[in-house]
Amino acid sequence: MTIDPTTFAAIAAMAVATYLTRIAGYWLVRRVSLTGRPAAALEAVPGAVLIALIAPTVLATGPAESGAALVTILIARRGAMLPAVVGGVAAVALFRLMLA
Amino acid sequence: MSDDVRKTARGDSLRAEARADLAAIAPVVISVAAYGLLLGALAAQKGLSPLETFAMSALVFAGSAQFVALDLWSVPAAVWTLGATALVVNLRHVLMGAALAPAMRSWPRGLAPVAVFFMADENWALSLRRAAEGRLGPAFYMAMALALYGTWTASTTLGSILGSGLHDPARWGLDFAFTAVFIVLVMGFWRGPRASLPPWAAAAAAAVVVEATVPGAWYILAGGLAGSLAGALQSRGVVS
Repeated sequence: MTIDPTTFAAIAAMAVATYLTRIAGYWLVRRVSLTGRPAAALEAVPGAVLIALIAPTVLATGPAESGAALVTILIARRGAMLPAVVGGVAAVALFRLMLA
Repeated sequence: MSDDVRKTARGDSLRAEARADLAAIAPVVISVAAYGLLLGALAAQKGLSPLETFAMSALVFAGSAQFVALDLWSVPAAVWTLGATALVVNLRHVLMGAALAPAMRSWPRGLAPVAVFFMADENWALSLRRAAEGRLGPAFYMAMALALYGTWTASTTLGSILGSGLHDPARWGLDFAFTAVFIVLVMGFWRGPRASLPPWAAAAAAAVVVEATVPGAWYILAGGLAGSLAGALQSRGVVS
């Protein structure tokens, strides 16, 4: 079992970037208080990033992916993550089989 | 707390507090373990060894960013793209850290920079609730943080060992697992149509257009920035 040097470099880059985001808020709040539009811009980031990640698959790939996304949302409304993920995966496999 | 307990050494009372709080986070630990097994299995499909998966979980310790990184993973790994993507995906930590910082003010010097390394969505939410009830002690925070950290590193590594037997994930719809996880995560950020619809629509539109026209992972940053801009523009109307 080994670690590839490039893989480790990527992991290290991710680790440094992630720690910076974790310490930044702590340092920031000791110096300035974010309010108004800069705060609103930052607050919209997590939802916007997640939407950006899923939009091409959900909206612009095909009916199987769009349908499975709907199934995932309906199950996720009941709360837990794992049943929603299992249901979404099963749905996309089924829809692809039906549409193939 | 009884007099007997109060008389015990400081270390003992910290341990008792930590033990009681571990019971409170048991349900969170179970769901994180399931999530970790899934991530490990997906990492194995992308060609990461169990040791590499362990190293990623131990050093990065950020579920969403790790799922996104594996979705983009290529051989050889695109170091700068993955680092920049982790930065963008984890920008929410800036806000989370800012919210937690006042509660950490009374902690021993030098502990906060270590403690924030373990800040994840789940223990952050539980810590904020505790801070609202009264004092957020370092024992509560660290007990919860280390329980989640141990669960995450162990379950992702185990998932990677078990998951390497799975081939051709698209055949079983497993490529959709990433999308399904992100759908569930983003639903947690829904703040009603007035607050969330404009930034989400802007993010979706920008991501779809950029993904169709620009090669690479730039659609994530484009969507994130478009949504952030929409959120900022919208807040002016709310304030005035």
